[in-house]
Amino acid sequence: MTLTTDQFVPTSGDDDASQLLTDQEQQWVDKFMDETTLFLGPDPAIMRTHEIMPRTAYEEECIAKGIDPLEVDRIRKRLAGALDEAFEMCESMGAAPGAKWADLSCAVYTAEGDVTYLSNRGVIAFSAVLHHPIRYIMKNWKDEPTVGINPGDGFFHNDSRFGMVHNTDQSMLVPVMRDGIIIAWVGATIHEGENGACEPGGMPSGSESPFDDGLRASPIKIVEKGHLRRDLLTFLQHSTRDPKLMLADIKVKMGATRRIMDTVDRLIDEVGQETFVASLRVTVEDVETEVRRRIGELPDGTVTFNQFVDSTLKENILIKFACKITVKGERMIIDLTGTGPEILNRALNSPLASTKSFMSQAVLSYWWPDLPRSTGALSPIEIITEEHTWADAGYDAPVGQSLQASFRGFSALQSAFAKMQFSSPQKYSNVVAPWFNQINDFLWGGTTQNGEQVGNLCADLNGMGGGAKAFRDGEDAVAPLFCAMADLGEQEVMEEEVPFLQLVSKRLVRDNQGFGKYRGGMGYEMMVASRGTPSWGFMTVTSGSKFSSVPGMFGGYGCPVYPLAMVKDINIYDIIKKDPSQFNLSMERVMNEQPFEGGDYQTGHMGLQFDVAKEGELYMIAQGAGGGYGDVLERDPELVVTDLELDRISAQVATNVYGVVWEADTFVVHEQATIELRAQMRQDRISRGKPYKEFIAEFVQEEPPKDLLYYGSWGQDNNEELLATHWGKIEPERVKGKIEDLPLIMVPDRRVLKISKLEARVRELEQKYGEVAVHKS
Amino acid sequence: MRVPMTEYLLIDLDTERWICRVCAHDFGDARGNYKEGTLVYDRDPQEIHPPVIDPEKYEFTFSPDPAFCRILEFYCPTCGTQIEAEYLPPGHPPTVDMLWDIDSLREKWDAHGGNPEEVVNYGPGENAEADLSARFDSVTPHAHSRQNEGH
Ligand SMILES: [Zn+2]
Repeated sequence: MTLTTDQFVPTSGDDDASQLLTDQEQQWVDKFMDETTLFLGPDPAIMRTHEIMPRTAYEEECIAKGIDPLEVDRIRKRLAGALDEAFEMCESMGAAPGAKWADLSCAVYTAEGDVTYLSNRGVIAFSAVLHHPIRYIMKNWKDEPTVGINPGDGFFHNDSRFGMVHNTDQSMLVPVMRDGIIIAWVGATIHEGENGACEPGGMPSGSESPFDDGLRASPIKIVEKGHLRRDLLTFLQHSTRDPKLMLADIKVKMGATRRIMDTVDRLIDEVGQETFVASLRVTVEDVETEVRRRIGELPDGTVTFNQFVDSTLKENILIKFACKITVKGERMIIDLTGTGPEILNRALNSPLASTKSFMSQAVLSYWWPDLPRSTGALSPIEIITEEHTWADAGYDAPVGQSLQASFRGFSALQSAFAKMQFSSPQKYSNVVAPWFNQINDFLWGGTTQNGEQVGNLCADLNGMGGGAKAFRDGEDAVAPLFCAMADLGEQEVMEEEVPFLQLVSKRLVRDNQGFGKYRGGMGYEMMVASRGTPSWGFMTVTSGSKFSSVPGMFGGYGCPVYPLAMVKDINIYDIIKKDPSQFNLSMERVMNEQPFEGGDYQTGHMGLQFDVAKEGELYMIAQGAGGGYGDVLERDPELVVTDLELDRISAQVATNVYGVVWEADTFVVHEQATIELRAQMRQDRISRGKPYKEFIAEFVQEEPPKDLLYYGSWGQDNNEELLATHWGKIEPERVKGKIEDLPLIMVPDRRVLKISKLEARVRELEQKYGEVAVHKS
Repeated sequence: MRVPMTEYLLIDLDTERWICRVCAHDFGDARGNYKEGTLVYDRDPQEIHPPVIDPEKYEFTFSPDPAFCRILEFYCPTCGTQIEAEYLPPGHPPTVDMLWDIDSLREKWDAHGGNPEEVVNYGPGENAEADLSARFDSVTPHAHSRQNEGH
């Protein structure tokens, strides 16, 4: 995308003399090319690398003066304190719902942009992504006369093509300068939500082109010498649905970075500039060194973990996220070859940098949570991907709901690690089954009861069920994979600001559990309905309605799948007013009993594009469960009946899955009968299970079932050959080839497909009944 | 020397075999894919994850769609322990999920000097301390002979 002089300099030629420019001539050429660069888009040289930068000459100089590890540690602790303080400022003053629930991060960076230290709370994924925009700024704006970098400046960006977790996040990156030289950066980044995309809330499941993804802010200087630029601010406000949010949170981030800067200034005064610079640099390097050492502790070998995602967020498909992790000595190679191609008119694709940011999330929160959160953590890990797959999307692919792919980068590493680390005598985190990995949550937008335009999301995304540990059950609705200490928010407080009620909240759904010797943490249901608003709508943005999003570990089962359920054409508030007994609401009762006359009861997958919610119409979903650990028949029968008594599991599951026999009235376990039933169930397994080779011969097919819209490699023997479904003509056809040989992959509008099906049926019926009808086209 | 590699699988470094931690069943060459020594069952996912809302009325019910998703259950042929449950599209080859470098594993443990069955645990924290030694040693002293039976 970036036109650089390189493209115009002949790389070879018949006439060698033509290449010999004098220094003066070369400068003229460079100057000319520099001034005539058409567009400074995302720079592949920056965007495709996650390694830390080599030491600069100045860093070298500073380090040469000597390093006192104790002093480095003191500096790091002081920075950590400042970052946590800045974090709390954002959390308590931020206008974005995400900020109030800890979906943000504050950080200190080296001059070249490597994250040295991140606030202890918040989203770790930012540690592996914010070096990109800083490198872009250093490369393109530092010496650009119309931009430049001065003390008191602050840069803003949100477009993940320039390095961001996803486009809902907005940054404030501020240089630390001494004598005109940049010696470090400080920054604050918040999940702001609303960003002017085709749907409110910043994570559109419906985007069909990058221009539907909303605000496309490349790094811009929004703050100049301490002053917020009103012209640019107005442009940003005008480009999104929530101008108040934009203003408030840019100011909050300015305040937070100012707070970090105060500490940085004091620290530099105290320890000296050189010691400060050296300690930032060695922290990044030390983390890298330690990661290499820890890789070396893992057994050499290869662990493969493939995931299958069942939705484009508009229609059900199956797209693969392949991952093979090889450890050899202190090298680790993560290979995503086999991952399905990008889909050029669907929102699920992720830029490579965003996918990597969630790999870093797994490394720093689930593998080695004791390490400083630094760019150094992912840096020594080699990552192989193919550009134009959905985990490494090209510039022209929409990435509105990129978490669909990037969260799979997290799950690939988090899940595989149980196998990688199991035999290792030295562990830094517990052996744990897969964490839930979908944003089962309502996004919303419209006009509030206070007359304001808003677009954002509920805090329930933070209620993901934890994976079972090897020695205890996973925790219910405990934390999102991206933030260990995120909050579920106060529903009553939110209801003051948004025109809908959560009629049911935090009620666990029976059997919504990853079964196992230890079971995964459970998820709860949510039921919302709008009230007192001239215009309102809800969205959901996840997959996992047909294929379980997470499996279990070592024989444990995964989570179930999750429907979206709706009752349209009713007003629940009127119903409850007339008959308060109807307030006995649950997804199960409402959908199965259909108690409200005239209601239109529907289910769908969890990709709901902005849907106009009339007053009192019900929208229902459930948060997801973590994976189970170990064989279900080894689960303590007492734990099974406890879950049964609390209606966490059904009798069917207690009997058929867990093999427990109990006294119906008292929930007392029949020990002997349970032992016998379980022995019988083991025997049944042995008699129904087929020897592997025989099983393979029966089960394995050359290709996916014909009607399955499948994307990615089939098996793992030939990961470079990708399968895809291509609508070159009206009927879809399966295509195969290397990623560069596949046609552009798009999916037709499902309504167009439905209409053509219905038209065909009309013709069929006309023919059958001999009706003569003229169809003009 | 036996190394616990998963909850239910050990690698015996002396014989270079995968063995069941529960019953000592021999799953095959430790340099290869342990799944080749298992019994496998193609489970309809709806039998495990029951619908919460009525499948007669609705397409999406909390229960996976068997046309998209199967659960391959891998059993130990001797004791019937479910050592792995893999969620796969119908007809997709099972994943070769672990391949280990046995020479390197031996080197690492030789250098460590400890007994893996005593040293390996579930990670930091008191409650993560675990006895990951072979269960068949404590339960049935003669269970080793089982690996020569059948299959
Ligand atoms: Zn066994």
